[in-house]
Amino acid sequence: MAAPRLAVFKFASCDGCQLSLLDCEDELLKIAEKVEIAYFLEAGPRDATGVYDIGLVEGSITTPHDAERIREVRAQCKYLVTIGACATAGGIQALRNWGDAEEFARQVYARPEYLKTLATSTPISDHVKVDFELRGCPVNKHQLVELISSLLWGRTPHVPRFSVCVECKRRQVVCVAVARGVACLGPVTQAGCEVICPSFARECFGCFGPKEQPNLISLGMRYRDDGHDAEHLTRLVRSYNGYAPEFRDFDPQSLKDS
Amino acid sequence: MIGSVPGANLWLPKPALQGLIDRLRELGYEVVGPRVADGAVTLGEITSLAELPAGVQDEQEPGRYRLKVIESGGYFDHVVGPHSLKPFLFPPRTTVLQVLRVRDSWEAHSPEPPRPKRAVIGVRSCDLHALAIQDRVFLGSTHRDPEYAARREGLFLVAVNCGRSAATCFCVSMDTGPAVTGGADLILTELPDGFVVRVGTEAGGSTLAGLGCQECSPTVLAEAELVPKRAAAQQTRRINPATVHDTLMNNLQHPRWDDVAKRCLSCANCTMVCPTCFCSTVNEVTDLTGEQTTRERVWESCFNEEHSWTGSGAVHPTTKSRYRQWLTHKLATWIDQFGSSGCVGCGRCITWCPVGIDLTEEVAAMEGERK
Amino acid sequence: MTSPPANPWQVMMTTVRAVTTETPGVQTYDLTFDDAAVTYSFLPGQFNMLYLPGVGESALSVSSDPGDSTKLRHTVRVVGNVTRAMARLRSGDKLGVRGPFGTAWPVDDVRGKDVIVAAGGLGLAPLRPAIYHFIRHRSDYGRVTVLYGARTPEDLLFANEYDVWCAAGLDVQSTVDIGTHDWHGSIGFVTTLLARLTLDPARTTVFTCGPEVMMRFIAAGAVGRGVSASQVFVSLERNMNCAVGLCGHCQFGPTFVCKDGPVVTFDRVRQLLLVENF
Repeated sequence: MAAPRLAVFKFASCDGCQLSLLDCEDELLKIAEKVEIAYFLEAGPRDATGVYDIGLVEGSITTPHDAERIREVRAQCKYLVTIGACATAGGIQALRNWGDAEEFARQVYARPEYLKTLATSTPISDHVKVDFELRGCPVNKHQLVELISSLLWGRTPHVPRFSVCVECKRRQVVCVAVARGVACLGPVTQAGCEVICPSFARECFGCFGPKEQPNLISLGMRYRDDGHDAEHLTRLVRSYNGYAPEFRDFDPQSLKDS
Repeated sequence: MIGSVPGANLWLPKPALQGLIDRLRELGYEVVGPRVADGAVTLGEITSLAELPAGVQDEQEPGRYRLKVIESGGYFDHVVGPHSLKPFLFPPRTTVLQVLRVRDSWEAHSPEPPRPKRAVIGVRSCDLHALAIQDRVFLGSTHRDPEYAARREGLFLVAVNCGRSAATCFCVSMDTGPAVTGGADLILTELPDGFVVRVGTEAGGSTLAGLGCQECSPTVLAEAELVPKRAAAQQTRRINPATVHDTLMNNLQHPRWDDVAKRCLSCANCTMVCPTCFCSTVNEVTDLTGEQTTRERVWESCFNEEHSWTGSGAVHPTTKSRYRQWLTHKLATWIDQFGSSGCVGCGRCITWCPVGIDLTEEVAAMEGERK
Repeated sequence: MTSPPANPWQVMMTTVRAVTTETPGVQTYDLTFDDAAVTYSFLPGQFNMLYLPGVGESALSVSSDPGDSTKLRHTVRVVGNVTRAMARLRSGDKLGVRGPFGTAWPVDDVRGKDVIVAAGGLGLAPLRPAIYHFIRHRSDYGRVTVLYGARTPEDLLFANEYDVWCAAGLDVQSTVDIGTHDWHGSIGFVTTLLARLTLDPARTTVFTCGPEVMMRFIAAGAVGRGVSASQVFVSLERNMNCAVGLCGHCQFGPTFVCKDGPVVTFDRVRQLLLVENF
């Protein structure tokens, strides 16, 4: 059997998720033995012909051109995987969805009329069918390797949808919300980051997006009662995954009294 | 040396506890004890008395844990923290099977589990009861857990009688503390100048030789007996173990389950900090060459969707059904399965719930409206 | 029965000898153990954990004849990760097995009685070993009736065996939810077959396996006809991971489905079966 052809595509993003793939180092050599890396501009290969077995898509859709291009990418890829917060939830640039993109452009650029940009930053799944999502800002390299390994072995990738707390506790990390009183998004955020922030006594700020069935209202009320005001909570939840539906729908201003 | 047979009470001056740590280390034990780390009293390797959290007290409330330091306090003024004995016997992540491709087939072998010699100092009565419960789970039926069994053999336990209770403690009502009644090699009661050491096992007694133990006066013994009584008197939370089984099982459709589901985050913290929760999942961890794969067991929780997954969807698809599964198992069906409650009243699930859900309150709400 | 290995995680390797397509999406795998020293036997209704290296394990009932130790068969529908990968297996491929696990249909305890075997869909697979047992020991039992329902005629499992079962002295009745132009049999649920059956409740035992809602109606129907709830046996499905009562996934109230089940009496679970999502 011929090695599966892999392509990596970039849309509006910082390239950090592609870097996570390059950061696989040892594993990358093994991946290159098993997979034909056909199209990966950041690393070199640019064989833009034909069909790819696996397409990894980084970045969100922010321009009319990208909205067209993602359809072509979808048509070229048998199995399309979005990698990272931008591709799965619109990314930090989706903050424009609460503002006025034209006004932002006028503030920043001398000649904004040269820009062709959409009013919103949207996830890939708003535009085409996505077969699998890898969360994170950036994605976790072990999850990337698991994704590719699972496809080679013919199974669905093991990417749990449970909370960051599960990983914190498996690592015996002391809960920063309970022991320090900080507003931590761990209980509503999907695991996968290897709990980098809580390991350094910092709160989780939701890089991996909402967990399965997150309860932001209950957590928000608790943090509000602990003295974290609505503005703080809004800022906390509206970041890398702010436009993910469960985070987007959470409005700390409207929390009722418990 | 004066008699160090099981049941004997001896007096150990405070600095002599260092001698016990040294003795255990000489015997090849890794000595684990309480120490302050990351804003909590956690369990980790210690080599010196100076590492113990002298004078540190923990204030615990639902969803809240803070430390404070008391002048001239004791080594064991804290109660139970976020850690328990569980990870030492039932590790959060472990390999159960290694599989190698050999020609056109596979060779599978289950690795020989490690047999660490580990001594834990400062174990509380609730956690000893939790250990006994986990012994029944992992060693009590036809199929014994080989890793748990191997780790259990090398465990040496130095228990401590609690001198105070946290606001979240309810061991008195569960009949699991605060006084240690057995299950440890040595049992300490801390007094201002030293410890009353009760010998729990012969192995425990033999470690005391040459440590400078003295005889206990009746006055000291009487003083020591007051220590756990003081802790017991401080407890305000309770569960009625005689009625809780039927209260829950007769109220599986009670509206309180909907109410708690509005508050519950299904984040799994309660199950992870619980010293008896034993759920795990074995995952396939593959390499990229296609030549080897490992079956890895990790802690799992009934609050996770994957936990109840079947071909036709999750059996417990909602937070309500997951919380109900957890509480009914912990307090009711555990009794049917193992002959004892799955709860030891340590209060960890109350303290470490980020939104402070208190199982004693949930039970009370259902007791109050018992059909 | 073989004694369980000291280490519950240890896998025995088998070779796939044949793959037979039974109905759309359902295949039977014939397995033999690679290690000739393995003496494997199972009781009807028990299950194995089948293991595909690199993919994972799945709990699957044995569907072959417990009286024939040369054959180990599993009849499997593609529903998840492992079963999907299993569908790619060909003769000669390797498959790991742990087992057998769980409780069995109590065929020895019901000697002399009338037995109703009521199955829905793939639920016939875990009951086939019991059917084979009744055929081997036909004179030990009274009336043995197989009531079986599937979605459509082409979903009827083991259809080419019904005549053999009838010839061996079993009463076999099948029904489908949705008929086709060439289907001349019964249309409707298995419960309607049960309702039509004449039975002597005092000497009747029911073994049922299928979707939970079907088993509930079969059990309730039988109990409604006067059969004791302790003489109705159901086979439960839950998530099984370790298969030996250590991992906690398969709990159903006080029951660890992997070791106290999958076969349990209806009276043990009837109340809990009524609680949604329990």
